[in-house]
Amino acid sequence: MKKGVMRPGHVQIRVLDMEAALKHYVDLLGLIETDSDESGRVYLKAWSEVDKFSVVLREADEPGCDFMAFKVVDEDSLIQLEKDIVEFGLTVTHLAEGDLKDCGRRIQFTSASGHCFELYTDKKYTGKWGLNEVNPEAWPRGLKGMRAVRFDHCLFYGDALAETHDLFVNVLGFYLSEQVVDPEGNRIAQFLSLSTKAHDIAFIKHEEKGKFHHASFFLESWEDILRAADLISMTDTPIDIGPTRHGLTHGKTIYFFDPSGNRTEVFAGGDYNYPDHKPVTWKTEELGKAIFYHDRVLNEKFLTVVT
Amino acid sequence: MRVFNITDKTSEQTFVCRENEYVLYAMQRTGIACIPIGCKGGGCGVCRINIIAGKVDFGPMSKAHVSDEQRKNGYALACRVKPRSHLVIECAPNLKARNK
Repeated sequence: MKKGVMRPGHVQIRVLDMEAALKHYVDLLGLIETDSDESGRVYLKAWSEVDKFSVVLREADEPGCDFMAFKVVDEDSLIQLEKDIVEFGLTVTHLAEGDLKDCGRRIQFTSASGHCFELYTDKKYTGKWGLNEVNPEAWPRGLKGMRAVRFDHCLFYGDALAETHDLFVNVLGFYLSEQVVDPEGNRIAQFLSLSTKAHDIAFIKHEEKGKFHHASFFLESWEDILRAADLISMTDTPIDIGPTRHGLTHGKTIYFFDPSGNRTEVFAGGDYNYPDHKPVTWKTEELGKAIFYHDRVLNEKFLTVVT
Repeated sequence: MRVFNITDKTSEQTFVCRENEYVLYAMQRTGIACIPIGCKGGGCGVCRINIIAGKVDFGPMSKAHVSDEQRKNGYALACRVKPRSHLVIECAPNLKARNK
């Protein structure tokens, strides 16, 4: 958080059919619908999040990710970050307060990998869903499906990983937590964090710019991942892989697809970092184990299926 | 319930698809592997096909992989088409999907 960028704030995902998408994100994943706007976008949050929304769904002809946003600690930091991003050579676009409901002004820019990111400082604080602020119970009753705890991170596929690393580390204040390095020493995967979490965002090298691999949501335990897998089968939802464990981050995971083909992950556990930790390195020769620790083989879908 | 025969021209394999079933789902259910399987949601484009003969109903598909023009010319994503007759198909990956 060296530059004032605090945490993941929201992700706007394009879906082909809103009604089908809500069955996925609300009934199956367990997000809570908090609002919608005139343009038809629907706003969702996970129960433990304190702000009004973390996922925005927009109906469109092509699925994928419109943008991922990070919350910044204060206005002074946002002003400085904009100067730094412009100096870095990127074009910054301004979105007025209220463009997203109950969200303050946002700035947008596109990384060399072809992905659009946003920074903002203000969003309506609604508190954890279903809990009192004082003397809160352990969890709220009435949650649906997988009972997702929080929106955690996104993985993006694109090229120009070195330039994107430069932007995130030197301009936005992330640190490199984990990486995959090829025999020539080039980084083909980079996991970046603002916190003690193993990642707040990740990139994997891919020929085409701007592709969306998945949005990930936190669950508490391996038992919750198994229960998620049961729900995936009960609802006949297309599955990618899992339940299994990642080598990278060592998180316990399952991947599945929303009705528009966008990949969703729910995961539990995973490594932690403090500033004195060195980045964890995996080599491409062990890429199968790095991605899927038990099978130790990459499934073709993980590398090729993106929106 | 009506069922239809789906024939892949390239591999000359035929599988049975129920009238309310997506072609790709039927292929997977019957243990055939003539079309690559991706997201099964009309998003990734991996299962793009050309419908050479027969009638289908289309579900929502990404226009990044099947434009309106291409759809009129018989292209589709196998995960988003349901048969209305026997079908003859062939795989038709677009360049973008193949290079991924």
